[in-house]
This record gives sequence, C-alpha cells and structure tokens, in this order.
Amino acid sequence: MKDKILLAHGSGGKLAHELVESRFVKAFANPFLAKLDDSAVIDFSGRLAFTTDSYVVSPIFFPGGDIGKLAVCGTVNDLAMSGAKPLFLSLSFIIEEGLSQGELNEIVNSIQKAAQEAGVKIITGDTKVVHRGSADKLYINTAGVGMIPEEVNISGSNARPRDNVLLSGSIGDHGIAVLSQREGLSFHTQLESDCAPLGDLVVEMLNASPNIHCLRDPTRGGLATTLNELAKQSKVSIRIEEEKIPVQEEVLAACEMLGFDPLYVANEGKLVAIVPEEDANKVLKAMRGNHYGAGAAIIGEVRAEHPGRVVMKTCLGASRIVDMLVGDLLPRIC
Amino acid sequence: MKFVSEFRRSELAKGLISQIHRRSKTPVRFMEFCGGHTVTIFRYGIRHVLPKTIDMVSGPGCPICVTANADLDKAIALAQIPDVIIATFGDMLKVPGSHSSLQEVKADGADVHTVYSTMDALKIAEDNPTKHVVFIGIGFETTAPTIAASILQAEERRIRNYYVLSLHKLCPPVIRALLASGEVKLHGLICPGHVSAIIGSHPWEFIAQDYSIPCVVSGFEPLDILQCVDMLVAQTESGESRVKIAYRRGVRPEGNQQALKLMEQVFEPCPAQWRGIGEVPDSGLKLGKEYQCYDAELAFDIDPGPTYEPTGCICGDILRGVKTPADCRLFSKTCTPQYPVGPCMVSSEGNCSAYYLYGEGFEG
Repeated sequence: MKDKILLAHGSGGKLAHELVESRFVKAFANPFLAKLDDSAVIDFSGRLAFTTDSYVVSPIFFPGGDIGKLAVCGTVNDLAMSGAKPLFLSLSFIIEEGLSQGELNEIVNSIQKAAQEAGVKIITGDTKVVHRGSADKLYINTAGVGMIPEEVNISGSNARPRDNVLLSGSIGDHGIAVLSQREGLSFHTQLESDCAPLGDLVVEMLNASPNIHCLRDPTRGGLATTLNELAKQSKVSIRIEEEKIPVQEEVLAACEMLGFDPLYVANEGKLVAIVPEEDANKVLKAMRGNHYGAGAAIIGEVRAEHPGRVVMKTCLGASRIVDMLVGDLLPRIC
Repeated sequence: MKFVSEFRRSELAKGLISQIHRRSKTPVRFMEFCGGHTVTIFRYGIRHVLPKTIDMVSGPGCPICVTANADLDKAIALAQIPDVIIATFGDMLKVPGSHSSLQEVKADGADVHTVYSTMDALKIAEDNPTKHVVFIGIGFETTAPTIAASILQAEERRIRNYYVLSLHKLCPPVIRALLASGEVKLHGLICPGHVSAIIGSHPWEFIAQDYSIPCVVSGFEPLDILQCVDMLVAQTESGESRVKIAYRRGVRPEGNQQALKLMEQVFEPCPAQWRGIGEVPDSGLKLGKEYQCYDAELAFDIDPGPTYEPTGCICGDILRGVKTPADCRLFSKTCTPQYPVGPCMVSSEGNCSAYYLYGEGFEG
C-alpha cells in the first residue's frame, strides 16, 4: 500500500513527518518552511493584504490545470485584486484516505510550478487525512498575504460614473473545461481552463495607471455576478455590450448544449478592471502586452442611473438586465 | 459553419428587424409555445425590437412548469422510500411540490442524483444492484424517446432495478386544448424546435387548417426567432395560414422516424394533468403493457399525501397565456428565483424566471 495515502499520513507520527519532509518541504523549498516551527515568522512593514480560500474542485485534474495550480492561482489572484503584490501562502491539505501518492506528487509539483511563476513562497502548511468517503480525494485550504504599494487604492466600492469596464480575455473557459470532464457529462473539447496567476498582469496595469478603481476576478458566478457585486458595492450601474465580450466558440457551443449563459460560467485566470475613462486605453494597452491579458477588451462603462443594476445591450441592440447567479448552474431538461 | 455565433450576427439581425417593421401593418398576437424560445426572446430583448403591431405572448412549453403538483409530490414521495435512488435532470431539484422539493428531501438524506442522460441513470442502477433506481421522466416529445431507449437497454441488459416515473407530456394535444378554449386569441404560433425535430412539422397542420393560424417552427438563436416572426408576419399580412419551418438545420417535415418508433414501442398515450389547464386527453405517455415492470407508479406504494397549491400563485394563468408575471402580486416580492413559490420561477425555461432574470419591462 506504499502507493496510497493512509490515515497514518495525517496522524502526526512518522509517516506524517516523512510526507512533510520528503515531499512538501523539498518541493516548496524556502527557509521559512524549512524551519518546521509551529508558525512561520516573517518581517513586515506597510499595508498588508490577507485572504483565504478553499478548493474542492471535482475532478481534481482537468484540462489546463489541477486543484493545486488552482489553489495557488486563486489565492494569488485574490491578493492581486486588491492591488497587492502576493508574497506568502499557507497550504492545508485535507486528503481522502486512499489517494494515490502519484496523484499527490503530481499536484505538489504543479503547486510548486505555479508558486514559482506567481513569485510566492509557501511558508506554512498542514495535512489531515480523513476516512474514505469523508472527502472527495483532496481538498486544499489556503491563506495568502501580500503587500499593497503606497499609492494604490483599489476597492469594489470605487467605481465612478463614466469609468470604463475592462475585461482581460474570453470568459467561461475554466467552467466549461472542468464540466467537460465531469462524470456522466464528459464531452470532447479542445478547451483548457484559463487558470493562471495574474499578479504580474496587475503590476503592469498599475504601472500604466495607479488610478485603477476596481479589480476583481470573475470566478464562481462568472462575469455577471462580479459586475453585479461591483455595481452594488459602488452604488452605480454598469452597462456592457454583448458584442464586445470575448467568448470562445467552443464555450458558446457547450453553453448552448447545456443551457448555460457564458456570463455565469466560472473563470480562473481573468480579471475585470474599472478604470477612469482617461486612463482606459493606457491600461488596455498594458493588459494586451501581457500574455494573460492578450485578449483584453473594453466591454462597457459605469453610469450613475439605476444604482446596483447591470444592463447589457444585446447583439440585437435591445437592452436587458443581467442579474446575479442564483443557486447552482444546472443543465436544462431539453 | 459555427452554428452559434453565426446565428447571432447583429448586421443580419438588423436587416430582419427592419424587414419585419416594413411588412407588419395589422396588429397581431403571436405565441411562442416553447420555454426555450421564451428565454431567447427575453435574453436578447426581442420584444423590444419588434414593431408595436406585434404582441408576443408566452405559452405552456416548459415541461417542469406544466407538471401538476400532485405529480411532483409523487416524485418527492418516491425519493423518501428506503433504498430508492432518484435520478433526475437537474432542473427538477428545486421545484417545490405541495410540501417539499427534491432538493429539500435530498438535504434530509434522500438519495437524489442529477444526471445528464437517461443512460447515466441506467448506469447508476447497474452499479447499485441492491437499490431501486427511479428516473423522473419529465419532458415533452424531445426527451421521451431517450427514456424509451433506456427502458429497451434495461430490457436488453436485464437490469431489473430500473424504473421510470412517466410524467411525459405531448405538445400538439395541449395546443389543441388551448385553442379550443378560445381564451387566447392568436394570429400566429411559433412552434417548438426540439419537439418538432422529433415529431416533424406535420402534427401542427391542424392549427393552420382548423383554426386558420399560421405556424412556423423555429430554432433557438435570435436570428432563428426573428426569421420565424418575419415568416409569420408575411403570412398574416397576406392572409395565408400554413405550417412552415424556419429551422431547417434541425427539423424535417416527417420528423425523426427512429425516435418516433422507439416512443411508440415503449409508451402509449394517456390523459395527463397540466398545471393551469387541467386534464387533457391523450396528452401524456404511460408505459405500454409489455414494459409495465418498469413503471415506478406500479412498482412502489407511493403516498404523496394531500395536494396543496400555493395561495396567490398564478402560474396556471401565465401558462395559458392569459396573464403575465407582471400581473402576479407575488412576482419579485415573495416569489423570486432564490425563494420560488411557483414552478415558472424555478425552471430555467419558466416564464416568470425569464421575466425576472432579464428584467422584462426594464427600459434602460
């Protein structure tokens, strides 16, 4: 049974130590973690951004990523969306007894790669193993801290009338890529998750204009839900144009088949920026210059009337409301 | 051909819209029967781009919406029987019956699986030989053949723990009932696309012949609907009433013979209860004699208890096209997608849900 994770791997005994030292400390090599004290100790001064998230994606491997890459990118992106430079992460694994060592290895390697690309260090962590059936293979909980530069003031409540709304690329790729692998649904697609760390993209955008008002990554609930959150927080309305929102043809087709609207499908490597009108083109150019923003577009603008509403001009020229996602996305009946 | 974006091209849409404006002179009322069409119409704001002469009303073509509470209660009661696994399309989970919903009994421990195809339900039965797997058979002619196919597969693979709660409904009989009632005056009917892919366009002929109402079968993209409306206007303005197809890439006049054969082999017509409309003869499907061992209603002792209809909910009137969600005093107050009172607010193809989500009536 050497190829499987056992309850003993989470017991704090010898097997647990072996797992931590030979696997995690080695892969995430840094002096903070290597000390193996009860907490990591870091020197810090300035404005701190602090976030936490949990990852329970099923299946744990999907085209374009896995739960490990997702955990790093998701946490790093939450920090970046407040304008912070991501620095340190914590990582807690909750493993279902019986997970193969090979799969765990693959995920640890992918975490290491993603952390390296994102420029963050994993400096503390924990492992628990639960009985078979008590979890679905592997859950990861993270926390992340980052530092916010002096002049930056980004918040969901900062959108002002006449600001432009920018989107960094096509929507729905992650949600559809993951769904295509679900048991009982699997369909063939070339599509890959867009899962990516956006810290560098944000730095380049802030270099183009430190006056960015809002940043948010449209993850679960999709673009529609994110825009609604921003409109409500800032007490403004957001008007977008359907034809300006990039959506890949495969995503459109899968959405039609399943009865989804791409506006509500999850992304893991996209961001929405709300930027003063006069800075919009500068920021757009900076976004397009970064690999993860190559497909960026200005998709709409902020208005004062109807606060809290998101309105979309459809491809027919009519206007309609775009509401938040309610409940889960469920495939339709016919 | 891309099949999606090409049917959303704004320059083509603009051409069609101005053609409809030029052609339409006489005030008319068109009904889209199908909930899928209702969603397209609201999602793209089609009502707002049509001339004032065209009044659009939504019909009863949402399979979940028209399922009577007594039938929903049967599904929920089945879920509470020990050793029963319910397999259902996702839309059904949230629909409130008289006292509960599948979602609620699932949270209380009932074994309810969402499936994407009937073959997945069959697989669950195969994988769980000590349990009874009941598929909730809700849907129109579109889904019935796939359920028939699953029963034939069960027969072939000798899967004896698979059952169907057959709540299927047939579209032409209910349209006949609606038109016969005379409650809604219609000048044109947008016929359902996926249903017609199975049954073809011939079963709609009676509407054109007996009621002199032009019919056009439509696809589900905005250009499909606009083309369909244009074809209806062309007929109403010239006094014609014929059945035409604006969805040639999906529908043949004779339908899908193989699917129809499957349905005929496994099911036979029966009377069915429609929410808001009542019992309509020959508008339902039950399992034929040879396949009764798969009938969940015969296999289990179901006790759903007394039926209760929510006070103030006008889903029934909305489904008949005589009222709109805006006429309902519960709409967007006590009845919202988060806390739905009636099924039209739950189903993704429900009229109330489309009204609510896409802000029908909003002039922004």
